[in-house]
Amino acid sequence: MSYAEQLSMTLPELVLAVGAIVLMLVSAWGKQAATRGVSIAAVFVLAGAAVALVGNGSSGGTAFDGMYRADAFAAFAKVLIYLASAVAIIIAPRFFERTSGDDLKPEYPVLILLSACGMGMMVSASDLLLLYVGLELQSLAAYVLASFMRRDTRSAEAGLKYFVLGALASGILLYGISLVYGFAGTTLFNDIAIAYAGPRNMGLLFGLVFVFAGLAFKLAAVPFHMWTPDVYEGAPTPVTAFFASAPKVAAMAMALRVAVEAMGPAVLEWRQIVIFAALASIVLGAVGAIGQRNIKRLLAYSSINNVGFALVGLAAGSAQGVAGVLFYLAVYIVMTLGSFLIVLQMRGEDGQPVEDVASLSGLSRSRPALALALAIFMFSLAGIPPLLGFWAKYAVFEAAVQAGLLPLAVIGIAASTIGAYYYLRVVKTMYFDEPAAPFGREPALVEGGLTLAAAIVISPVSLFLIAPLSAWSLTAARALF
Amino acid sequence: MIGLTHYLVVAAILFTLGVLGIFLNRKNLIVILMSIELILLAVNINFVAFSAQLGDLVGQIFAMFVLAVAAGESAIGLAIMVIYFRGRGSIAVDDVNRMKG
Repeated sequence: MSYAEQLSMTLPELVLAVGAIVLMLVSAWGKQAATRGVSIAAVFVLAGAAVALVGNGSSGGTAFDGMYRADAFAAFAKVLIYLASAVAIIIAPRFFERTSGDDLKPEYPVLILLSACGMGMMVSASDLLLLYVGLELQSLAAYVLASFMRRDTRSAEAGLKYFVLGALASGILLYGISLVYGFAGTTLFNDIAIAYAGPRNMGLLFGLVFVFAGLAFKLAAVPFHMWTPDVYEGAPTPVTAFFASAPKVAAMAMALRVAVEAMGPAVLEWRQIVIFAALASIVLGAVGAIGQRNIKRLLAYSSINNVGFALVGLAAGSAQGVAGVLFYLAVYIVMTLGSFLIVLQMRGEDGQPVEDVASLSGLSRSRPALALALAIFMFSLAGIPPLLGFWAKYAVFEAAVQAGLLPLAVIGIAASTIGAYYYLRVVKTMYFDEPAAPFGREPALVEGGLTLAAAIVISPVSLFLIAPLSAWSLTAARALF
Repeated sequence: MIGLTHYLVVAAILFTLGVLGIFLNRKNLIVILMSIELILLAVNINFVAFSAQLGDLVGQIFAMFVLAVAAGESAIGLAIMVIYFRGRGSIAVDDVNRMKG
């Protein structure tokens, strides 16, 4: 295969990388005045990268001696990643404009683009070296984004905590990679799978455990979740929305590819780890959220909870399970982004953000549309039919049952009722509590429009989406097997 | 004769020291940065030792990538630490507690 042909497979990443570099130069010269233009251009770059997926970008071919894979699986994950990144850029200007403190700088969209480029490499990597470089590109940009409000001590603290624990996670993952490399003798996923299919030794097993511990850190799965609530609370809300969506998809897709393509023959070994992480995340995410007063912390625990459900699909280890995880991720990012869009619209009379759950009291009377949208997201996150969140949970649990993991499915479903408690408490606060001080009224066309779109996608109106989405996720999942 | 096992043991000890350094240290954030560096260098010893053992260059190339990324990571870590210090006037680990729960 010619070099140009291989490069054309990596076109989405090339578009993002070149776009990010050009926009970085523009923002270096244009300073603060360039913010608006750079933001708009960044959204177009993301759209361009999504268009570049058509053709060679999702042909299923491998490039660079098997290091990079441009298959349907990567394309599915990339579409979700680009979508979430674009939303994170679109919602930022108003947030920074209305919040006293720091202004939005043109570097914000550039950092999101670089992060998206790294995430694209993560989901396409079929070599440990490329995986590591992509992961670090994503993480390094994310550390800066978390501490983007420089004058806010909470934001700086969030960045610091994210940095320290993220670097530790990378270190653990890297140690695992070094052991896998040493005992398998290669960093290519296909050849690692051959090594795992052969006689097992302690080195390979240790490598597997360290790699999965590192992945769990990046996914914020229990027992490596402790950074999530603090980082989500402290980071600026648009950044939190970004963290809760795009990097989750990328980390989960990367975990799927590593588990299935590189360590597929060791499924019995990693399944134990995944089952433990899944159940612990579901239970701890649900229990931890109960006492939370801050809506961003509550959504952080909700994201831990949701990662647990997605891991149930991975534990199945089948094409159906992987398809279930992809379906779950697609629905999850819409629900999460929708919830954060509503958090963005929670502002007091003075225009400053309010993050207290109690401030939602009586929202159904002061802002019925907003209350209805949040109720839809909460019901969907709790997994109540006929909303889309139910079908996502159904897909992963069905895959687990088909794979003979009946106890896992039973415990998972039982634990999801604990989660329903705190989601429904938010709904109760909005609809049945005495009204609190109403939020400041201001036109929020962009947030309002995006919230409406997300609510329509999640609502029963969109039940017709289920069939094409599950067919697409199954095609994507088959690319791994 | 010093063999592969010796290198692996040294790397494992350094790695453990680095992880313990992050969790046990209560005084200074700079020490945490040093611990992260220690972890990455322990990994590099692993890579180079395996590379020599296997007669395969990939491990050494990987080590170069790790070095480059570690440099970038330190730069970003120090930058975040500087803005944190500006706001709080302290880099003691025990003071990193504005958010709890």
